[in-house]
Amino acid sequence: MTTTISRNDLAGFNQAGFNQLLERRIDPVWITQARKDAWAAFESMGWPNPRDENWMRSDLRGFKLDRYQPIDESETQSVQNAPVRLIQGVDVGGSLRSENGVVTAESLDPKYAAQGVIFGSLSRCARDHAELVKKYLHSQIDIHVDRFAALQAAMWTDGYFLYVPKNVVVDKPLHIHAAMGDGKVDLTHVLIVLEEGAETTVLFESTSSNEDADGFHCGGLELVLNARSNLRFVGLQDWGSGTWHFAHKRASVGQDANLQWTIAAMGARFAQVDQRVALVGPGASSHVNGVMFTRDKQHLTYNTIQQHSAPHCTSDFLYKAVLQDRSRTVWRGMIKVDVGADKTDGYQRNDNLLLSDNARADSIPGLEIKADDVRCTHGSTSGRVDEELIFYAQSRGFTRVEAVRLIVTGFFQQIFDRVTIESVREALGVAIARQVRQYE
Amino acid sequence: MSHILRIENLHVAVDGKAILRGVNLEMKFGETHAMMGPNGSGKSTLGLAIAGHPNYVITEGTITLDGEDITEWEADQRARAGIFMAFQRPVAIPGVKTADFLRHAATNVRRPDRKEGEDLIPMREFRKELKAKMSQLKIDTEFARRYVNDGFSGGEMKRAEILTMAMLSPKFSILDETDSGLDADAVKLASASIAEIGRDKMGLLIITHHDKLLEHNPPQFTHVMLGGRIVETGGAELARELHDHGYDRIRKTYPDAEAANQEMLAKEEAVAV
Repeated sequence: MTTTISRNDLAGFNQAGFNQLLERRIDPVWITQARKDAWAAFESMGWPNPRDENWMRSDLRGFKLDRYQPIDESETQSVQNAPVRLIQGVDVGGSLRSENGVVTAESLDPKYAAQGVIFGSLSRCARDHAELVKKYLHSQIDIHVDRFAALQAAMWTDGYFLYVPKNVVVDKPLHIHAAMGDGKVDLTHVLIVLEEGAETTVLFESTSSNEDADGFHCGGLELVLNARSNLRFVGLQDWGSGTWHFAHKRASVGQDANLQWTIAAMGARFAQVDQRVALVGPGASSHVNGVMFTRDKQHLTYNTIQQHSAPHCTSDFLYKAVLQDRSRTVWRGMIKVDVGADKTDGYQRNDNLLLSDNARADSIPGLEIKADDVRCTHGSTSGRVDEELIFYAQSRGFTRVEAVRLIVTGFFQQIFDRVTIESVREALGVAIARQVRQYE
Repeated sequence: MSHILRIENLHVAVDGKAILRGVNLEMKFGETHAMMGPNGSGKSTLGLAIAGHPNYVITEGTITLDGEDITEWEADQRARAGIFMAFQRPVAIPGVKTADFLRHAATNVRRPDRKEGEDLIPMREFRKELKAKMSQLKIDTEFARRYVNDGFSGGEMKRAEILTMAMLSPKFSILDETDSGLDADAVKLASASIAEIGRDKMGLLIITHHDKLLEHNPPQFTHVMLGGRIVETGGAELARELHDHGYDRIRKTYPDAEAANQEMLAKEEAVAV
């Protein structure tokens, strides 16, 4: 005889809910222990202090964790109608799909599998490839940094693990789609490890079953690039407009390795993303392209850190935001150069274009330099869309909304020029054009 | 073809300040009109008001195109109806390629009822046409890939405006000091280009201080603006006279208009301070 636990019996994000999660999961012992440690950390911490630099511009008052319930990953998850945008016309080398934080479909071209590439559910890989996962999982994210990091480390339901062995080139892009239903949660973790000389492209997108979907995403992402490896990572965040989105994203770039990371943030009612790229080996380089396009009362916060720990490294962060309605973006950029990281070349820039008088963009660039011989530059601009540009385009037959769309597209072009994947440029172009609304 | 652009008793204010004080002007398709006048007399204001700039508020009077009152129309409606203005200082649109901009503009103007999102002119067809026009105007094809007016020299901007005029083939073109900021050779080239594209193929309203731009475009009508009104209209000989002898005679003949002109200039300076 079997008993099914009905949804009503499922506890929330509390001790009872945590215990239920441990009971129903088949995790290796070391993961169970890690979860318990993280849960203890979660219990011992308070919610982020509004006086904390990272949170002082974020209003969490509307967020109620007890409105959401953990997903029972032993039940079949099904999310309908969550769109996929990044792989139009793209021949992918493998794909993963998760629904409400549980991986439900996995595929990988056998020619890559034959070369030792691993691409699959994190829960499964933690059992099948325990040594690898153990070595890298939460190696980059400090679970004590805030309550969301601790909660995610304790209660992650599944995730995506990619491992590319030494000198293996995965020449077709790999696709990951995280789908979430209305009112549901997604506690997934991305773990990508490239061994020495490995090369690949990952297209990641997160979307909801409907445009105004509520939801709670609390995620982690770790990219580990060993020496001379090369990763292009694209993340399109397009959660429903009622979704709370929290994420810690970390990359570690080794000697002469190269990371090109494109982040596009379109969805969610509230987002708090902490992103750090650490350049840990001499000659490491990273390019980060950030696109934010907001509307209604969206509030997106990106705290970015370019951590230079080794000499002769390059980091180049460019974030551009277009804001409509009463939306708000916060961008904090920090270039940290450690003692000894000489010949650092660091660049950060944030440009904001406001399409409405009621929108607000906060831009806080910063430098913290402890080495002597470095070149670091930063800058930011914010301004309203220029009415003279709109008139000029209108006098050439563009309607007002077409003119605004044109100007917005032009504003983002600098970023598109840096994105080397055509399908991504197109998908972003379409997503942006769709978002420009009729306004006066 | 017979098209008529008619300006009647046009009064225009900018930021609440009256600039145009009753302008009357009638232009027929195929005619060339020169609009001359000293600084601050209202020439550019007339151009921008006809083009539909939202800051140039028409307080009195009408603009009609082929009998249709377009006074209240948005700038894009006017463009689609066949009104074009070559800007004195065109603005840059970073990130937007000139070719893409012109393709969209030409599609909208040629298919005035086009709805947003409907197809543009096919790329191949458009490229061919653009290339032909560029070679006709002696413009380097590399131009098409550059962002609209971004980092253009003064001469390049003006040629881009004439290229735009060529691609949109409007019924009426207003050329707002297309010669300003250009050296003698560039003015010659601009003058020849305007003639090549516009002469007899549209109505031309050439706003200028000098007669150089008119070299290849002898006007049938020369209008003199002073103090926000057209005080005198003549033929090509009037343009020559003004170029050779300046506006002293005009200023003396129309003291009221001259007073209005001085008043407008004083206000402008006060704002500038």
